[in-house]
Amino acid sequence: MVTIYERQPHERKPGLSRRELLKRGGAGALLIISGGAVISPEHAWGLETAALKPETMATLIQVARDIYPHDQVPDKYYAIAVKGHDETAAKDPAHKELIEKGIADLDKKAGSGGYRGLGWEEQRVALLKEVEKTPFFQAVRGGLVVSLYNQKEVWPIFGYEGESYSKGGYIARGFNDIEWL
Amino acid sequence: MAAQFDLKNDGVVVIIGSGAGGGTLGNELAQKGIDVVILEAGARHEYEDFVNDEWDSFAQLAWKDKRTTSGDWRVAKDFPNLPAWIVKSVGGSTTHWAGASLRFQEHEFKALSSYGKVKGANLLDWPVTLAEMESYYAKAEAKMGVTGTNDWPRLPGNNNFKVLKAGADKLGYKECHTGNMAINSVERDDRNSCQQTGFCFQGCKWGAKWSTLYTEIPKGEATGHLEVRPNSMAIKINHDASGKVTGVVYADKDGKLQEQKARIVAVAGNSIESPRLLLNSESSKFPHGLANSSGQVGKNYMRHTTGSVYAIFDKPVHMYRGTTMAGIIRDEARHDPSRGFVGGYEMETLSLGLPFMAAFLNPGGWGRSFTTALDHYDHMAGLWIVGEDMPREENRITLHADEKDEHGMPIADVHFDDHANDTAMRDHAYSRGQALYAAVGATRTFPTPPYPSTHNLGTNRMSEKPADGVVNKHGQTHDIKNLFVSDGSQFTTGGAENPTLTIVSLAIRQADYIAAQMSAKSI
Repeated sequence: MVTIYERQPHERKPGLSRRELLKRGGAGALLIISGGAVISPEHAWGLETAALKPETMATLIQVARDIYPHDQVPDKYYAIAVKGHDETAAKDPAHKELIEKGIADLDKKAGSGGYRGLGWEEQRVALLKEVEKTPFFQAVRGGLVVSLYNQKEVWPIFGYEGESYSKGGYIARGFNDIEWL
Repeated sequence: MAAQFDLKNDGVVVIIGSGAGGGTLGNELAQKGIDVVILEAGARHEYEDFVNDEWDSFAQLAWKDKRTTSGDWRVAKDFPNLPAWIVKSVGGSTTHWAGASLRFQEHEFKALSSYGKVKGANLLDWPVTLAEMESYYAKAEAKMGVTGTNDWPRLPGNNNFKVLKAGADKLGYKECHTGNMAINSVERDDRNSCQQTGFCFQGCKWGAKWSTLYTEIPKGEATGHLEVRPNSMAIKINHDASGKVTGVVYADKDGKLQEQKARIVAVAGNSIESPRLLLNSESSKFPHGLANSSGQVGKNYMRHTTGSVYAIFDKPVHMYRGTTMAGIIRDEARHDPSRGFVGGYEMETLSLGLPFMAAFLNPGGWGRSFTTALDHYDHMAGLWIVGEDMPREENRITLHADEKDEHGMPIADVHFDDHANDTAMRDHAYSRGQALYAAVGATRTFPTPPYPSTHNLGTNRMSEKPADGVVNKHGQTHDIKNLFVSDGSQFTTGGAENPTLTIVSLAIRQADYIAAQMSAKSI
């Protein structure tokens, strides 16, 4: 079972070893691997994996951001968006292999520092273009278009207000408030 | 009080489907004292059950049973198992429709005469004219509460409309307004007026938009002559040795097969399911399916030439607020071959929420070109293109050779190739739409490809001669007197207009015909 947890203010910050700090180079800087979890110390959330390697999950989160990059959307929502792959992998060995192999392949193509070690988005996107037609990429992108954009928490970031019936619709809340025309 | 009829009651009219065609026909017959059983494949969700959430609503209402696709249309690539975005629920696609209610133009009932022969198109004139339809259109508009008719005011324009209107004015378009909408602009028919909620496609939680679910069906039920049987998936229509239909085999809510006997059967399952059912009802007497002596069942599948144009501005629009489709430009709906195609198209306001915008703006798209569009979601305006597409014999619904559904019924395959006329029209409409928004200061525009089809038409078409089509001018099959088609699959050609008003008008007319034939004992 994957759980995304948010650290409560009273909890101790997860200790960062020198080795973990060193891992924070390059594009993966925001995410660290600790035990069976991917942790974002900056933003106080973590994600425990059940089936996929935490390193794989960290890379998957980066892949998700590179597929649908929104600089104003924090990593947490990308993590939530891809955690379903860990849940599916726990039940389906074929899916686990699809994801692990797909990420391993990207790491291999990226060279010694792996996918997350590539500093520029363009470098990572070039690798994704190479695998665009693979079932791995299709599975990740196809799931993401729902799992990322269907999070109610991200809607306000895009200015989408969601459900409106309970507020009486927009008849008195700006359905025709455009002023610049 | 809703009726309950015995399975063995062979005096009833059995209607398959409870949407614009079936729901209307059912009520019209019930009002005349005729006993009706409507078999509806979906569940019954009342309007308070609807949800203002695109994916949740899709899960609640959409027809998600697997279909396959083929042909060069982009939907086959983007949504290979979802060729149509229609509904499996009581009320059918009238729960989901946007409410646009336009009469066909005179020339559109005479497509072959008006356009001449078009290579690669199977054009035909309707066996009915606008003059014959006018009184039924008027009845439908009155029933549905269409704005801009019967002294009902048009809806107020929302933000998305205001952008459309500003662009229309800049381009010199003359006929631009908030449409003829079957959405209450004032309280009427014991229903609310529109509260500008913006979730028309997800089912109107106010009941302001006309849907058979909370108009025709309860009115029919109140007569004691109508029973709506939800979760009842029609599998096969049976017939006797003389060739008359005698009943409908359906899978009930537990998946158990039942047969409802019938005096008359009317098929109204929308243009994919209706031919599927007729084709699946093959027998030794009718080896190519029921009512298919012409070979036209399933052929001439039309889906309107569609597409969308979205535009980003440097200032906010909030297009999703308010009635989704209350905004139209009709100037391009004329037939004017100097534009490089026959027939015309409407431009109507359209908006999707963020989840569906992500899914439909550029299906399969990713990377910054895609995401920077969504970054400006609240600065977007959008319009939908609805134009006449060409009927083609090759564009058709067939039964899948191997794949079957849970009831053992072959699933439908939907084949569609764009005709050159469709492509020319779509390209013209994209360029006009992009010019319209550029004229208002858009910084970026998106010619967005067609969504899964909402206007599915033509697969049991009307024809004067039995050799050219499946049904006559009353929707009665040429081959079998007591078998009718009551949905958009009757359409001989598609016109440029959203089809629901015409489907409802035809259903009202068909009810008169069926009642007359029944009292004359000719069926």
